[in-house]
Amino acid sequence: MQQLFNFFIKNKIFVLFLLLFSIAISLTIKSHQFHRTKLLNSSNYIIGSIYGLSNSVSQYFHLVKENKLLLEENSKIKSQLFNQTKYSTIDPVLEQHFNLNPAIVYKNSYSLKNNYITLNKGLKDGINEDYGVVTSKGIVGVIDKTSSKYCRVLSILNSNSKINVKLKKTNHFGTLSWDSKSAGIVQLNDIQDLVKLTIGDSVTTSGFSSIFPANIPVGTISSYRLNDTKDLYVIDVKLFNDMTNLEHVYIIKNTDFNEIDNLNQYDE
Amino acid sequence: MMNNIVFVNIMRFFGLLTLQVLVCSNINLIGYINPNIYLLFILLYPASNNRLLFIFSSFLLGVVIDAFLDSGGTHAAASVLIAYIRPLFLKFSFGAAYDYQSIKFSNTNFTQRYIYFLSLILIHHFTLFSLVVFNYNKMLLIVRQTFYSSAFTFLVCLLIYSLFSSKEA
Repeated sequence: MQQLFNFFIKNKIFVLFLLLFSIAISLTIKSHQFHRTKLLNSSNYIIGSIYGLSNSVSQYFHLVKENKLLLEENSKIKSQLFNQTKYSTIDPVLEQHFNLNPAIVYKNSYSLKNNYITLNKGLKDGINEDYGVVTSKGIVGVIDKTSSKYCRVLSILNSNSKINVKLKKTNHFGTLSWDSKSAGIVQLNDIQDLVKLTIGDSVTTSGFSSIFPANIPVGTISSYRLNDTKDLYVIDVKLFNDMTNLEHVYIIKNTDFNEIDNLNQYDE
Repeated sequence: MMNNIVFVNIMRFFGLLTLQVLVCSNINLIGYINPNIYLLFILLYPASNNRLLFIFSSFLLGVVIDAFLDSGGTHAAASVLIAYIRPLFLKFSFGAAYDYQSIKFSNTNFTQRYIYFLSLILIHHFTLFSLVVFNYNKMLLIVRQTFYSSAFTFLVCLLIYSLFSSKEA
């Protein structure tokens, strides 16, 4: 025992180094595997408030652009309202309940391999994990961490992001992922080679999951090729959203989320 | 005098941290290159005997930056590593002038200083990007990112260092 203590005291620097280094490595591996880092992420209270402070300064520089975006969105919604047919049939069974919650982006990254976005809404505002995040132009990501006042979004520009989408024209569905190369292009996988593709076709959300409602725009096909086994397409999708300058986003809250989630759990 | 050194290092810790997470990590030169200026804290930390405190504070700095940037523990691991191996590079770069107690970076030859900065920055970035990419089939990507980011970090660090060097303790 005495010798053991002596050994530690003699090599205390190396022991400390080894300890801290292995803590850091285990944090890294954890973050690569399942995003379970509970404390040390940007939805943390202190870190969130510092980003909030920084955002309260920098948002003034984007006011003109943001106003323009809001105007565009307003006019789009107005025109939809005016053109709505009077006798639109609403199927009460198929009608899903989605609430929108506006939020402001406090921190955004797009140049790393795994990108996250921090928003200024949290548990206090009724925001939970696995809620979808969109802008007026298209999808942004899915919430993966929440604290009382902030939440962190797993951006679609993250190598762990998997979102179910479909081709608008033919309704064939596949999985959206990112190869971490360009901030404007994401990849659509799992589309059969029988499907006829055209460059410029729109891609929208499929509505199969309880996270996003159907038909939220994602992007357009910019190029496609067959995968290594030559039976599925790998499609490059150009995003409608500019992920590099997000400011105002909406959090989609499905009021039936828990019910659907419970149903899905019986599968396992 | 002693208090002054402690104060300068505490200020440097928080100053570089703030500058890193609010400014330098958002530069994204040609898409993805950001300078990691917080390394200046580790590079310029006085070469005293208390290595335990030094390694621990380097770890702390890395962990806080990881928390801000949502990068797991990558910055922490790289920082701890270079904090641990730093004496080796002090000896290697400054040779006989290296003395545990009395080394002052402002008194050293500037070529020696460049070698010291550059070697530690390169090792830091290589560790960092190896852990970020975490896939040894993408060695080329790791090496390329290491090279570009190290060059940028080195440049910015030298600029900041020469701006503030008159005040060096």
